[in-house]
Amino acid sequence: MAKTYNAGVKDYRETYWMPDYTPLDTDFLACFKVIPQEGVPREEAAAAVAAESSTGTWTTVWTDLLTDLDYYKGRAYAIEDVPGNDEAFYAFIAYPIDLFEEGSVVNILTSLVGNVFGFKAVRALRLEDVRVPIAYVKTCGGPPNGIQVERDKMNKYGRPMLGCTIKPKLGLSAKNYGRAVYEVLRGGLDFAKDDENVNSQPFMRWRDRYDYVMEAIQKAEAETGEKKGSYLNVTAPTPEEMYKRAEYAKELGAPIIMHDYLTAGFTANTGLANWCRDNGMLLHIHRAMHAVIDRNPNHGIHFRVLTKMLRLSGGDHLHSGTVVGKLEGDREATLGWIDIMRDSFIKEDRSRGIMFDQDWGSMPGVFPVASGGIHVWHMPALVSIFGDDSVLQFGGGTLGHPWGNAAGAAANRVALEACVEARNHGRELEKEGKDILTNAAKSSPELATAMETWKEIKFEFDTVDKLDVQHR
Amino acid sequence: MADMQDYKSSLSDVTSRKFETFSYLPEMDDERKRKQVEYIVSKGWNPAIEHTEPENATSSYWYMWKLPMFGETDVDVILGEAEACHKAHPNNHVRLVGYDNYAQSKGAEMVIYRGKPV
Repeated sequence: MAKTYNAGVKDYRETYWMPDYTPLDTDFLACFKVIPQEGVPREEAAAAVAAESSTGTWTTVWTDLLTDLDYYKGRAYAIEDVPGNDEAFYAFIAYPIDLFEEGSVVNILTSLVGNVFGFKAVRALRLEDVRVPIAYVKTCGGPPNGIQVERDKMNKYGRPMLGCTIKPKLGLSAKNYGRAVYEVLRGGLDFAKDDENVNSQPFMRWRDRYDYVMEAIQKAEAETGEKKGSYLNVTAPTPEEMYKRAEYAKELGAPIIMHDYLTAGFTANTGLANWCRDNGMLLHIHRAMHAVIDRNPNHGIHFRVLTKMLRLSGGDHLHSGTVVGKLEGDREATLGWIDIMRDSFIKEDRSRGIMFDQDWGSMPGVFPVASGGIHVWHMPALVSIFGDDSVLQFGGGTLGHPWGNAAGAAANRVALEACVEARNHGRELEKEGKDILTNAAKSSPELATAMETWKEIKFEFDTVDKLDVQHR
Repeated sequence: MADMQDYKSSLSDVTSRKFETFSYLPEMDDERKRKQVEYIVSKGWNPAIEHTEPENATSSYWYMWKLPMFGETDVDVILGEAEACHKAHPNNHVRLVGYDNYAQSKGAEMVIYRGKPV
């Protein structure tokens, strides 16, 4: 029998709370952490989130009856307590795949984290995790190259790659900047990196920087006989300008460019990833602005979701946090999103904050990049935590070496190789790290000096965004 | 702290040329080679031996010494092939490879006999 039209406001839960619903393999699944307004029952709040992030609006409208809303609606299908937080709960919501345009991270986010985040019935809301159905994954381009292709292009096997962000982050002239790049590459690093703030400022325009950096790469390659790269930041005020810079990097023969995917946006990022795939260019992704979105444990979007969105949108490297350095990052949670970057299938694992199985099928993996406040003493832990498929970036930990960049780079390269060799020999890196480094320093005065310089530096602030764990 | 040292590396000094993983550590002795072969075997990767003239080391394709040793787990057999390759080409770099057929990549690759720098 056809439905009849009754104007007015009705409870969301009548339509959007479906505790008996079994999600389909093709459904998008989302887990929100919800703190409802006082007096709003959990089922109603969960249903409201499902409604406002899918088909619903605050009142019934007659045009609802011109379609099959029961097919298109989001369904709140489960509610769980949040360990350690009595006022919040997890709401699990399933969305039919046809709610989303194919290959559009933009469309996914506009729905899932759109108006609903300002919705009055909830006091705070956080998207903890999503499950992207494999049918949808197949509509996205993903990383333009992936881990295996990048290893082949860069000729780096059986070890993490090494990078360095050039400092000072702002103010160098292009020629002096190229000097700093040349020094770290000839000393043994695989990559140098533009700082994210470096775009095309009056003190150093992008074209001049690219020219000098390419000269640095070419000379370091000739000198060391190894493949080198430097992430040329193409992040720009407009897509047209971004592509112009990318094209020039390609013209120069640069192997890799870089982009800030959150400040520049997913439309720009997905387009650039497609360009990289078409042009055989590696793509390093920086994540400026992520902490604005992901650091508050009760409101925003968890970084594991931003990770999944980047893997869909496309990028070959993504900053992941270091676990051991100066920046935020709970160890277990970090290990979780590192798996999300690299593996083809990730199982639900609440101990890492992973709420759903995620199947990426054949979509290539992304290199996690550990960067920020790390130095040679962190190397054993980093190799142990990140394994081979990673990029370890030492900025101050390279450039701050008392003998300069090349010596700092050599110190890091020796420390890295010593740790990888020790691991291959079956030694426990985090336990025997000091011994391994001390031994390696016997044949490397650069490493010995680095170890003296950074011995005492530690970062022991407590993490703000912790995993939700039971407190009672 | 030690006095500042110059970083010795230049286009004209052929000893500046490196050859990727482990080339910043001292040359491997027999014991260190053996442990790397054991590691490759323990990972279930397929060992292989390749070599090249040092001046052609930047090429993607080095010369294969026979075919990769698919399924070979005898460490002495693998080390024996590496040594035979080195004896046949004493001036060449000889590298040990662990082909990881699941990742469709090389899980390990390292020069275990260093050729004569040119």
